[in-house]
Amino acid sequence: MTQTDTRVGPAAAGPAPGPARPFWTSRRRDQLTGYLFIAPQLLGSAVFVILPLVLVVWYSLHEWNVLAGTFDFVGTDNYAALADDPNLGAVLRATGLFSVGLVVLNLGLALLLAVLLNQRLRGTILFRTLFFSPVVVSLVAWTIVWGFLLQDNGGINGLLDTIGVDGPNWLRGEGTAMLSVIVVQVFKNVGLNMVLFLAALQGVPADLYEAAEVDGASRMRQFWRITVPLISPTILLTSIITVVGSLQVFAQIAVLTQGGPGTSTTVLVYYLYQQAFQFHHFGYGATLSILLFVIVLALTVLQWQMRKRWVFHES
Amino acid sequence: MKPRKGLAVVAAALAGVLALSACGGGEAKDKGPASLRMTVWSANEAHLKLFNEIADEYRKSHPDVAEIKFDPLPFENYTTTLTTQIAGGNAPDLAWVFENSAPDFVASGALLPLDDTLKKAEGYQYEDISPATVKLWQNDGKLYGYPFSTSPFGVFVNTDMVKKAGQKTPAELIAAGQWTWDNALAVAGATAAKSGKAGLVIRDFDYKGWDNLSTFWTGWGAQAWSEDGKTCGFNSPEMVDAMTTLHKATFVSKALPGPGTTADFFAGDAAMTVTQISRASLLKDDGFAWDLVPLPAGPKGPYAVVGQAGIVVMKKSPHAQQAADFLAFLTNPTNSAKLAQFFPPPRQSQLTAETLAKTNPKLKPEQLQKVVIDGITNGVVKPSHAGQAELSQQVRAGLDPLWQPNADVKAVLDGVCAKIQPLLAK
Repeated sequence: MTQTDTRVGPAAAGPAPGPARPFWTSRRRDQLTGYLFIAPQLLGSAVFVILPLVLVVWYSLHEWNVLAGTFDFVGTDNYAALADDPNLGAVLRATGLFSVGLVVLNLGLALLLAVLLNQRLRGTILFRTLFFSPVVVSLVAWTIVWGFLLQDNGGINGLLDTIGVDGPNWLRGEGTAMLSVIVVQVFKNVGLNMVLFLAALQGVPADLYEAAEVDGASRMRQFWRITVPLISPTILLTSIITVVGSLQVFAQIAVLTQGGPGTSTTVLVYYLYQQAFQFHHFGYGATLSILLFVIVLALTVLQWQMRKRWVFHES
Repeated sequence: MKPRKGLAVVAAALAGVLALSACGGGEAKDKGPASLRMTVWSANEAHLKLFNEIADEYRKSHPDVAEIKFDPLPFENYTTTLTTQIAGGNAPDLAWVFENSAPDFVASGALLPLDDTLKKAEGYQYEDISPATVKLWQNDGKLYGYPFSTSPFGVFVNTDMVKKAGQKTPAELIAAGQWTWDNALAVAGATAAKSGKAGLVIRDFDYKGWDNLSTFWTGWGAQAWSEDGKTCGFNSPEMVDAMTTLHKATFVSKALPGPGTTADFFAGDAAMTVTQISRASLLKDDGFAWDLVPLPAGPKGPYAVVGQAGIVVMKKSPHAQQAADFLAFLTNPTNSAKLAQFFPPPRQSQLTAETLAKTNPKLKPEQLQKVVIDGITNGVVKPSHAGQAELSQQVRAGLDPLWQPNADVKAVLDGVCAKIQPLLAK
């Protein structure tokens, strides 16, 4: 280490220089290296995350007509419109329904699959791969294929027909459309949560089960008293990821239902897209995205607070 | 103090990159020969080939234009994609605009007025353009879009399929004076039942693109909204009658394929389809035998519906004037006649069966007279209104409950009006 005095007094900053020293001291070189290392990431976040976030707040205070090229400051008018929006209730209801349905089905199924595939049986690797494979499939391609399967004369109803069941027109009924969108999304991503649960399950010490068995605990009791508490940090993690992800659903809605029938599947992100890109209300669209931001933030904080109540074994 | 300087250097570099990324593109193109871009909905090879031939000819006499690029955007999201490009600072110089977004574009102030350029163009014969066709594209007496294609709706018929089902062909029904919606739907229903394929498809409707249903309800004298655009017409007695007939044809006689069923006439999946004649280019030479007939008569008698598309020039384009000049060339009498094979022109002198027949090898003179010329002369333009996208979305959502077998037609249509009346009254 070279001894460089960084606490230079005001006198030294004046025109009278001391003995000439090289500009590139090792300390400066270290700093430059550090900044260069973080520069790509910093630049990426600045351009694609921080700047758009700030701009969205700015846009939400404006009325922006892209066709006419006008951009007028309107203060909090867009927020007042948000409070008066007759569609917002239905949109939030659809969003809530989707999120609850997705979280319950996804986590339930993922945990069930993980427990089943955690057994030492032949073929589990094959099934693990099968259940995980939709995660790596392109979302839009996955959804388009499901769109064909869910048509009135599509594959699902064809299958039901062979067992004598007259299937509904899945994407056209108010209840079945939402159910279809949820199930398509669950099948797409359940593999990811399943793998996380599997990893957690394998971290549970086997001797705890042995001890419980000696004490005469049933398999169900072992599951609720040992497995669930020990994997609760993973349950928290997956539920946060799934809730946040569920609030951002867009492609499935755009491909399968376009928000219909009626407005039954118009979730917040799709509504935001309609307002901004179809109706050209970019300012109002920005306001809706701030509402989404607040909801996601509130839910995440809430879940984080609740962890104290039900997450055991937090390291 | 000194470490701060390092930070300042990095910050300055960051700011520089940010500024570059924000303002990239644009400006530099101002000098030198212009490069024009026009967005179109059609990716059809024959359409693009003709466009490119005309563009190449124009560039020969105009060295100031280096390139004219036709940029096809997908039909389904055409207007959304176009406005997103405009919002993103990547506006085209010329754009194809559909009738349903015409009021928004024309009133926006984003378009270049075209009257002067077109009137001054050599040999243009501006007065030849039919006044009825420019109505939608004018604002305060100025023309903001050239009515490039005024395309009537007709019925394409797969005569092979209809005959095989033992039904009278539409041509026979026309000869007998019986070409009405009742008979058309009966033929469609019977053919569908016999062939196991679809009967009649209202193309691009698909239980979402409801404005295409105007090809149907106009026969009952129904309208989406009043002429002045202020009153909802969905719950009028005429509309209720029309929609009741449509509902029965869909769910009882199955003359129309139900919601969520795809059937492409041009792939041989359906007996008949209601669409614009510009889709004739989708017919294959070695395919099934076909016919093109006018829309069947409704209870109010014979009628015609036209779809319109205009070409507009973006005022903010750095080459707006050159773009307008090219538009004048593209639509001059000579080129207009060439384009007439796909896009019926608004020029009165060219709306004759003989002229159109020269460039429409697939259509017979009587088809051209009955469907195209009579259609353009008497046709009602598909519904359009300021704020169409929002209005259209509300109507679509409001009509959704109608596409259930046990729907209460009147109640659903009342619901549509309850939704859109506040928007119309704005």
